[in-house]
Amino acid sequence: MTRASALLAGVWDFVVGDDWRTAIGVALALALTALVAALGISAWWVMPLAVLGLLALSIRRASR
Amino acid sequence: MSGAELGLALSVFLACTVEAVEALTIVLAVGSTRSWSSAISGVGAAVLALAVIVAALGPAITSLPIDVLRVLVGGLLLIFGLQWLRKAILRASGLKAKHDESQIYEVQAAAARGAGAKHDGFDGYAFTIAFKGVLLEGLEVAFIVLTFGANQHRVALAAAAAGLAVLVVVAAGVAARAPLARVPENTLKFAVGVMLSSFGMFWGAEGAGARWPGGDGALLAIIPGVLIAAVALVKVIQRAPHPTMTETNDQATVNA
Repeated sequence: MTRASALLAGVWDFVVGDDWRTAIGVALALALTALVAALGISAWWVMPLAVLGLLALSIRRASR
Repeated sequence: MSGAELGLALSVFLACTVEAVEALTIVLAVGSTRSWSSAISGVGAAVLALAVIVAALGPAITSLPIDVLRVLVGGLLLIFGLQWLRKAILRASGLKAKHDESQIYEVQAAAARGAGAKHDGFDGYAFTIAFKGVLLEGLEVAFIVLTFGANQHRVALAAAAAGLAVLVVVAAGVAARAPLARVPENTLKFAVGVMLSSFGMFWGAEGAGARWPGGDGALLAIIPGVLIAAVALVKVIQRAPHPTMTETNDQATVNA
């Protein structure tokens, strides 16, 4: 592994951690919030629902 | 001090306390078994490296447009917060071994004793282990200081809260002359996970264009809401049948 790829792997591990699905889910939830807000619809409810779902799914995966 | 600033200071203080307790255990183990002067040199070098990272990244982060900053900071804090919260929930529900500073100290001290002969002068092993321990534990705190502080333009307040936590932990460690095994780490991690997730959700949604009912006052509902959801998940897991813990205590020392 080169130093650059090792550095990238380290940054990925530091930011994303051991559950990349949750990180992707957070990014998608923020994108959905932006989309709903851009349509002129109240969008504050998207993140609480997404966070609850992501946390529950992450716990379920970890507890299997 | 506003409610958001109090939340900032409290979150950084608690997060830094947890990481400082873990770093202290490593430094105590290599300092007491190998060389205090080399271990303390390693701590100093790591603190210097962390200060350089904060000083270099701070201005770059604060120069971002506010909505970009909020999406970026909110998203990252949320990812971090959910990781902290997941581990805390698993520990609270008995699915993951709790952090045991006394055991970690014994493991680290045994590794230090078996790491070859000590030298009279500079001890490279003690320096390296102390440096790595403080740097790795401190990186997460530096990140929280930067993101929380930059978003509210209060990096100095965040840094002060972190510094205070380090002082309290070091003073307690010097007084106890032992790992701080009685600090309720899992409870603190639970609280930090709730705070990071709540603020991350709040700022991320605002940056993405959402407007919270009640403005900043929405945090008074978000934080208890996340706490209640997390506690409910613990109760659900405790009631469900599960076979064994997901990792051993030794693995927990590496993964926590």
